[in-house]
Amino acid sequence: MKRTAFFFPRPKWGEGVKAWASVVVAVVLSLWTSVATADPDPRDWNGVLAEARGQTVYWNAWAGDPRINEYIAWAGREAQARFGVTVVHVKLADTAEAVSRVVAEKAAGRTAGGGVDLIWINGENFASMKRNGLLFGPWAESLPHFPLTDPEGNRGVREDFTVPVAGLEAPWAKAQIVFYHDAAETKDPPRTIPDLLAWARAHPGRFAYPLPPNFLGSTFLKQALIALSGGNELLYRPAGDEFAAVTAPLWDYLDALHPYLWRTGRAFPANGTELRRLLADREIDIGFSFNPAEATSAIARRELPESVRTYVLTGGTIGNVSFLGIPYNAAHKAGAMVLADFLLSPEAQARKQDPAIWGSATVLAMAKLAPEDRARFAGIALGPATLPPEELGAPIPEPHPSWMERLEAAWAKRYTAR
Amino acid sequence: MLRAAPFLAVILLAGPIIAGLVGVLLPALGYMPALGGTAFGTAAWSDLWAEPGIGRSVLVSLLSGLITTAVALGIVLLFLAGSGGTRLYRWIVRATSPLLAVPHAATAFGLAFLIAPSGLLARLLSPWATGWERPADLLIVHDPWGIAMMAGLIVKEVPFLLLMSLAALPQLDAARRLAVARGLGYRPLTAWLKTVAPGLYPLIRLPVYAVIAYASSTVDVALILGPTNPPTLSVAVLRWFQAPELAMRFEASAGAVLQLGVTLTALGLWRLGEVVVTAVATGWLTRGGRGTCDAPLAVLGGGAIALATASAFLGIGGLTLASMAGLWRFPDALPASLTTEHWRGALPTIGGPLVQSLTIGTIATAVALAVVLAVLENEVRTGRAVGRAALRLLYLPLIVPQAAFLFGLAIAAEAAGARPGFWPVTAGHVVFVLPYVYLSLSEAYRRLDPRWTMAARTLGATPRRAFWQVRLPLLLAPCLTAVAVGLAVSVGQYLPTLLLGAGRVTTVTTEAVALASGGDRRIVGVWVLVQALLPAIGFAVALIVPRLAWRNRRGLRGSQE
Repeated sequence: MKRTAFFFPRPKWGEGVKAWASVVVAVVLSLWTSVATADPDPRDWNGVLAEARGQTVYWNAWAGDPRINEYIAWAGREAQARFGVTVVHVKLADTAEAVSRVVAEKAAGRTAGGGVDLIWINGENFASMKRNGLLFGPWAESLPHFPLTDPEGNRGVREDFTVPVAGLEAPWAKAQIVFYHDAAETKDPPRTIPDLLAWARAHPGRFAYPLPPNFLGSTFLKQALIALSGGNELLYRPAGDEFAAVTAPLWDYLDALHPYLWRTGRAFPANGTELRRLLADREIDIGFSFNPAEATSAIARRELPESVRTYVLTGGTIGNVSFLGIPYNAAHKAGAMVLADFLLSPEAQARKQDPAIWGSATVLAMAKLAPEDRARFAGIALGPATLPPEELGAPIPEPHPSWMERLEAAWAKRYTAR
Repeated sequence: MLRAAPFLAVILLAGPIIAGLVGVLLPALGYMPALGGTAFGTAAWSDLWAEPGIGRSVLVSLLSGLITTAVALGIVLLFLAGSGGTRLYRWIVRATSPLLAVPHAATAFGLAFLIAPSGLLARLLSPWATGWERPADLLIVHDPWGIAMMAGLIVKEVPFLLLMSLAALPQLDAARRLAVARGLGYRPLTAWLKTVAPGLYPLIRLPVYAVIAYASSTVDVALILGPTNPPTLSVAVLRWFQAPELAMRFEASAGAVLQLGVTLTALGLWRLGEVVVTAVATGWLTRGGRGTCDAPLAVLGGGAIALATASAFLGIGGLTLASMAGLWRFPDALPASLTTEHWRGALPTIGGPLVQSLTIGTIATAVALAVVLAVLENEVRTGRAVGRAALRLLYLPLIVPQAAFLFGLAIAAEAAGARPGFWPVTAGHVVFVLPYVYLSLSEAYRRLDPRWTMAARTLGATPRRAFWQVRLPLLLAPCLTAVAVGLAVSVGQYLPTLLLGAGRVTTVTTEAVALASGGDRRIVGVWVLVQALLPAIGFAVALIVPRLAWRNRRGLRGSQE
């Protein structure tokens, strides 16, 4: 274990003392690490449950939406009551913060007893953690509730932005881009990416997208790229030399669009919640979200007027599954697994899908559920502004994460004021 | 034991700052063994210069430091010069302390809601005066040059500079200077500017420098009001520091060093400005002009300070209303309905961060108070005032930008194997609380009549007993005020809490700033009010306790009735 303490001079011990000390340290360390690194075996679920009792799980999750925070708080209370697992929600503005923390711990030599137990993660953050060996597992497919996701019939829970999941993260939520607008004010919103440009020209300053690398802003770039490149198959492989040629139509499009954006593209909203607030304040006419029930739940909270409606683009919108991962050095892996399994339970998933609570779509396959569990979902009212599944359509899969990283870098180069 | 107190204070203040600066300087030069950087080099710097918009970020940070300070100082001086003795003067002075207690972030939120195109002012004036049925597409908040951010900083720095000036003025015997000048026929404002201001400025120079440093490196105000693309340098450094790619740590460190350079440049330019102003003003001071545009300048000063104070209060008031609003669409001047649901919804989650804020604030303030009392008591007993150099050291945490050394401190703590969490955060808060506790207590401590102690000693009390039973009770009111100030400073800390706690320590301030990056204004309103009210509790205690404890000792109740 390498600990660098380059700010503090080492005491000058005599050689003999030094030798003794190093022996003692080595023995203590080996005892300590052998205890600390005895990872729980996911296949022995009763053992996991027993070990989890009394643990405190530091769950790092994006916290930009109070409804999500409330749901997480509920899950924490339930985990405490049912499994004796205390949950602390470490609130992130960006999931990259948690990845950064694990990376920093690895750099500081803390290979056990790390501060992050569970991360809400997908896409390029997952890809980067997997690539760097920062994830514990495989564990996810051993969760008792995992078979309910129908992994054989549902590729989405085994692939994350084209990267194989390999049991390193447990599916948690499904998301798909939807657009929303106030039907009382905007009668006929644009339903394709090219139409959006024409519409923006006619309604200058009434459309905005969040500042990349915010994930919703980056997703807008990907959505536009997929539409403008005709769903190029290259997008589903790691980005290479063809990047410039494939993305050229996107930059032409954005160059044309930006002068007609909110604030003429000189300021960007920070994230999806700010986009929603701008629509509520009537600053913009069209917003979009990764949560198909966003508009419905905002209406329920009287944040948006009742005339707001949701729609998707002709040809479909990007959708993905988000997951829960456990860092390789997490201090409370058993507790994290128990929590992840509870979150995958029909009860927790149904509550999550209820627009009155959060409105995030379940990853469970209805066909795999027991009738009484299926009833939990059937009983959920969609609300006035949520599209039924047949109108939502099949999601367009996410491109390979390397595209997102290169798009973000190229966007910053092109559109940052100097 | 007591003799060690000044050294302890110096170590407490300078230690973390030096460790923090070293902690960014080494990685900025490529040396960070934990990340595989063992050779010195300039790669981090070339990455930094290649960053899109870096020039703009630097420029905005620099301008913010200079313009904010110049405007805030100008407003304070013109106000003091032109409005002395008026009713406005008494109002503003009374409003200053509460305004100072409100954390920066809360004021910034309030202002953001006040001035945005869909904000409170536009709602009050629309559509009847502006003709806006929809919010106009005006780039007011998050403007690329940071004008809104500077306005937010000015609103907050004016009370700070005003309070510092009011504390310094008694040393100047301003009334007699003014009387002489008026007797020679100078108009009132000119008389003040020519006779009092030149004496006042050196006394408030350090606070002015603190304002420059803060305004050129703020993170929370910049997040709420500042430019987005590119952001200010401090916000950019925060983003790089939190990036998941390891290599970014080197660039982020270089950015933090650059931030230090930007702040030092701002200070240097300001110093240059001082020299120029002195040279130019000497002629003006001695030429004997009695003043020609007194009245307009007085109106300008009074008007500007009234505007700044009113925007702060209106902004908070607007958020109060928002926190109880049902649907509230533009351009309705008032919400369509009022509701308590946001408060009821937020209350269960407020408890934890609230307790956390109070606990950290209490411990940090208690430590700071103990050290400051020890330093002052040592000074009184040995009769040696802390030297000027030591006094400058006290300002170190206020002048070295947080964005420069806190990242390094976090890196150093990581490298030393210290786990981020409650105690590092509390220790970090001490660094920022201590100077303010010292500043607010030292005058009262030194001014206390030494004959009380002498009398106690004559009656046979040990120095220790004289301190505990005579000096401390006599100083109850100023001590409590110092505690309230310390608590307010601690509650408002954003960056130290975020970085040293690695996000695991949530206070009302980190929570409010996290929610505010977009979030539902009504819930932000709830958090901002809690954040603004917390320091008020401290000040209320400082006001009430001495009155209860000294019901029968009128002279000890602190503020004069």
